[in-house]
Amino acid sequence: MKRIYLDHAATTPTHPDVLAAMQPFFSDKFGNPSSIHSFGRETRSAIENARGKVADLLGAKPEEIVFTSGGTEANNFALHGIAYANEEKGSHIITSAIEHHAILQPCKFLESRGFKVTYLPVDKHGSVDPEDVRKAITDKTILVSIMQANNEVGTIEPVEEIAGMVRGTRGEGRNVYFHTDAVQTVGQVEVNVDKLGVDLLSLSGHKFYGPKGVGALFIRKGTRMVPFLRGGEQENNRRASTENVPGIVGLGKACELAKNELDSRIRHLTPLRDKLIKGIMNKIPDVVLNGHPDQRLPKNVDISVKGIEGESMLLNLEMEGVAVSTGSACSSGTTEPSHVLMAIGLSHELAHGSLRFTLGRLTTESDIIYVLDVFPGIVEKLRKMSPTYKKGG
Amino acid sequence: MAEGYSNKVMEHFRNPHNVGEMKDPDGTGHVGNPVCGDIMEMYIKVKDNIITDVKFKTFGCGAAIATSSMMTDLVKGKTIEEALKISNRAVVDALEGLPPRKLHCSVLAEDALKGAINDHLLKTTGKGLQGWKPRDEHDLEHGH
Repeated sequence: MKRIYLDHAATTPTHPDVLAAMQPFFSDKFGNPSSIHSFGRETRSAIENARGKVADLLGAKPEEIVFTSGGTEANNFALHGIAYANEEKGSHIITSAIEHHAILQPCKFLESRGFKVTYLPVDKHGSVDPEDVRKAITDKTILVSIMQANNEVGTIEPVEEIAGMVRGTRGEGRNVYFHTDAVQTVGQVEVNVDKLGVDLLSLSGHKFYGPKGVGALFIRKGTRMVPFLRGGEQENNRRASTENVPGIVGLGKACELAKNELDSRIRHLTPLRDKLIKGIMNKIPDVVLNGHPDQRLPKNVDISVKGIEGESMLLNLEMEGVAVSTGSACSSGTTEPSHVLMAIGLSHELAHGSLRFTLGRLTTESDIIYVLDVFPGIVEKLRKMSPTYKKGG
Repeated sequence: MAEGYSNKVMEHFRNPHNVGEMKDPDGTGHVGNPVCGDIMEMYIKVKDNIITDVKFKTFGCGAAIATSSMMTDLVKGKTIEEALKISNRAVVDALEGLPPRKLHCSVLAEDALKGAINDHLLKTTGKGLQGWKPRDEHDLEHGH
């Protein structure tokens, strides 16, 4: 049975070089990096080596990188860490309506603890307007958190512009920090913390061919933070817990590969993405492309198909060996479709009819041709049984 | 299989029975709404109080399509009274179960059938199904 994986925004296969780099750190080099003996010293140096590679990819200093258990922890750490370290300065946080739940849920929690959170709207392409951010900043604002690219519709946000604008409001005792969730961008597009002008940045290893269970938070030197995990002196007192040495080594390797391969990855994915978008639009009527027409992740194709529910398309593609994802409610186990699709202004029906293809380094042109071959028939079959689809209507 | 669906569900999803529209149906049921992502239409032909033919159209997930298909199988050839006794639970059992969070989809099939019978009774006797009104099953299930 043919199997084509087009769900790289969910997770990616660990790169063989990453796996090879990790291998010795399970049984062979197993020491606790906090131990003073040679077993500990060899893993300590492996961690510092990996930290250097992560820093190198981001254009950061090694001491500005804190390893975490993944993107979710990095986001929680950023929000809680800034909120509770800067409470006396203010209690206002600004974010967007289309952030990942790992941002939105901690924000909801902070609201229940007395913080105020502004959720900025996005336009129909999923873009945040930097002007909206500027208008939302008050004397009480301590943090702005806007994702670098959306995981669902693939829109790349004007983070550089927003960060620059946030920095411009500083002075006279006011110091608004800027965080970006870069889980969907690191290893996929250029991410440089100085160019972007961010104070904090979250990343996750398994989204770019690293292992699961490891990520990092970049914290610019001088940023006022409190730890999220307490109980040890690891990570320079910023994150307690015995280090996930194999994971960290794997993340380091994934960052090294990303740095070396970034241009070729973008050159590989962009034409495949465009071929898939164009092919779907040409072969199937009444389909809309969700997200931005050009400010878009090279791997992302997110569409809504009129008259059909997303999960039914997903299952049919699955039967043809193609793995994708949907923002339809029925698949996520809630009644509401994706908050992202609602925020870009889709009707409920179109939001329930969404399908996300995300490409990766092993995706081939013949994979795309195969999808374009089987997908129109699936849509036709499902539209025939749809009570809502009227041709051209 | 995906979503924890049984083989029976996937069988009905892959090749749903009785799909399509019906010319001059004796009763039509239309339930669901786009907000919740499930819309179902069921059409019945009735002769001498027996449901001789049934068809459906569904906008919905795998569970919604499979339950519609199974419901049409179960009611075909039954009297109105027998058909009314087929609960969503019976449909789910016939499908060898549904994942818990998909159970609400099976309520839709029961409602679509009752809607069609109600429509038929209204047309023929001037009185609808006693005590029946279309419900928004998603409100009941999720309390939002």
